[in-house]
Amino acid sequence: MRSRPHLRSVLAGALLIVGLSSAAALPAATVKLLNVSYDPTRELYEDYNKAFAAYWKAKTGDTVIVNQSHGGSGKQARSVIEGLEADVVTLALAYDIDALATQGGLIPANWQGRLPNNSTPYTSTVVFLVRKGNPKNIHDWSDLVRPGVSVITPSPKTSGGARWNYLAAWAFALKQPGGSEANAEAFVKKLYHNVPVLDSGARGSTVTFVERGIGDVLLAWENEAVLAVKESDSAKFEIVAPSLSIVAEPPVSVVDQNVDQHGTRKVAEEYLKYLYSKVGQEIAAKHFYRPRDPDVAARYAKQFPDIPQLVTIDAVFGGWTKAQATHFADHGSFDRIYGQ
Amino acid sequence: MIGAVALEARKPRRVLPGFEMTLGYTMTYLSLLVLIPLSAVFIRSLGLGWGHFWEIVTAPRVVASLRLSFGAALIAASINALFGLLVAWVLVRYTFPFRRLIDAIVDLPFALPTAVAGIALTALYAPNGWLGAALKPLGIKVAYTPLGIIVALTFIGLPFVVRTLQPVLEELDKEVEQAAATLGASAVQVFVLVILPALWPAMLTGFALAFARAVGEYGSVIFIAGNMPMKSEIAPLLIVAKLEQYDYAGATAIAVVMLVLSFTLMLGINALQNWTLSRHGGR
Repeated sequence: MRSRPHLRSVLAGALLIVGLSSAAALPAATVKLLNVSYDPTRELYEDYNKAFAAYWKAKTGDTVIVNQSHGGSGKQARSVIEGLEADVVTLALAYDIDALATQGGLIPANWQGRLPNNSTPYTSTVVFLVRKGNPKNIHDWSDLVRPGVSVITPSPKTSGGARWNYLAAWAFALKQPGGSEANAEAFVKKLYHNVPVLDSGARGSTVTFVERGIGDVLLAWENEAVLAVKESDSAKFEIVAPSLSIVAEPPVSVVDQNVDQHGTRKVAEEYLKYLYSKVGQEIAAKHFYRPRDPDVAARYAKQFPDIPQLVTIDAVFGGWTKAQATHFADHGSFDRIYGQ
Repeated sequence: MIGAVALEARKPRRVLPGFEMTLGYTMTYLSLLVLIPLSAVFIRSLGLGWGHFWEIVTAPRVVASLRLSFGAALIAASINALFGLLVAWVLVRYTFPFRRLIDAIVDLPFALPTAVAGIALTALYAPNGWLGAALKPLGIKVAYTPLGIIVALTFIGLPFVVRTLQPVLEELDKEVEQAAATLGASAVQVFVLVILPALWPAMLTGFALAFARAVGEYGSVIFIAGNMPMKSEIAPLLIVAKLEQYDYAGATAIAVVMLVLSFTLMLGINALQNWTLSRHGGR
């Protein structure tokens, strides 16, 4: 008789184990996402993917594996148009994601209104990287057109990042007293007169400036400049914040046609939304992107150089489509300053 | 019976069997690998219309880049033809320590990713690089000038000349040279009148290969060129720039011009080769 309760507890325990294991085995799906991004976001998304996988596991029990692809922003957009099955794209400029709508018909034209802040969860801006001690005494855009100052920036024809640099210089000239489109073009022309090498991408320009020792100032995205100063034992370079710069907006979007085909729309949308959460914003800030969330931004404010005036492409240039046509298309202002 | 005989007479007998099958295989293979992709380029550029096409390919910047790409490739291939001959000569005619090792080094430009070659050459020739710093006092700038482009194209083209000349040099009969010498020919005469004619066809092939490789080269040139519009901008870079604007038709227009120019030059070199072959009754 004494053995009865004992037997019962053993049975109950066995049932419990069976119950638990079958409960664990039930859903536990594995979802795969492909995030097609541009070059310098590799580390950012490595961190973010881990955080999102943990969040998704806790929320749904599913395992999500996010694969990343990195390269020049324009090249990446072309790959997606030509059939790379990206679930989400996180590129350097809206123009490249626009192409998914206009060239590929993969996403609706109003994609940028689907998420807050122009679908840009984090931003950056254009700053100057100069050699230690700032020997050429460079403090603002106006110093870049002085004779004898050598400026390194990639070609805006081939580099998305370089287009932000170009527009920032243009915006500065435009916002000066008496500034006009004609003045701005003359200013930018003078600036590019001081550019000895037009690398095809931002990486190339950084190598030219840092490794080859060419140029007095490198126009760079803030996140990359801060990282460069942090990594290079900070003895060789320093950051100079100009009086005005542009808000560089690297936007994100779900690729509708692909997520509907893969059945991954829900998780892909959540993946992008989570970028706006405190966790996502924190990770962006840790990788030196400016977070949108005011609390997180306040907490990380100290790591960003103080730029008195930040303008947006929508306010000054009327959006990317217009900016691209005016400045970077054939016979645009960039072609004109090189005499065409 | 008569018909069969007549047919046999008309059809030349081939020593090797399987001509139809291998020809079919060759055509399919070539079509899949070469002809279909290339015709896609032509078809894409057709969407432009003649006027627009002409406007794109005659834009001053495009013309300047084509001139640079083809000019630099021709110069680089000429340098390679000359010095490649020298390298091949030394490797074939002399024995010396580490010959096999040096022989293997010739192939490195084949194996190296071109971007690595470009970065390495730029590091070397930049004003703060070893060679760049040495050339600076002489007023010679290599990196970020058209000269740098020629250096990069020479680098990647070297193996083509050496590897086409080597087997021909190896087969060259030394007794012919000795005979020429016993007949009273000077060393220069032996080289110019006996050796060079035998090498011409192979040299032309090597030259053509090195040239073709150089015209389309992108990876290594981009790093060393400086890419200044009208000055050091190669045609393949303009193609990439057009693609960045999603201007597929414009990009293929430049590609078509490069294709046609290259093909014409190749045909010309082939014709020259046939002419030298028939003239010297070579192999």
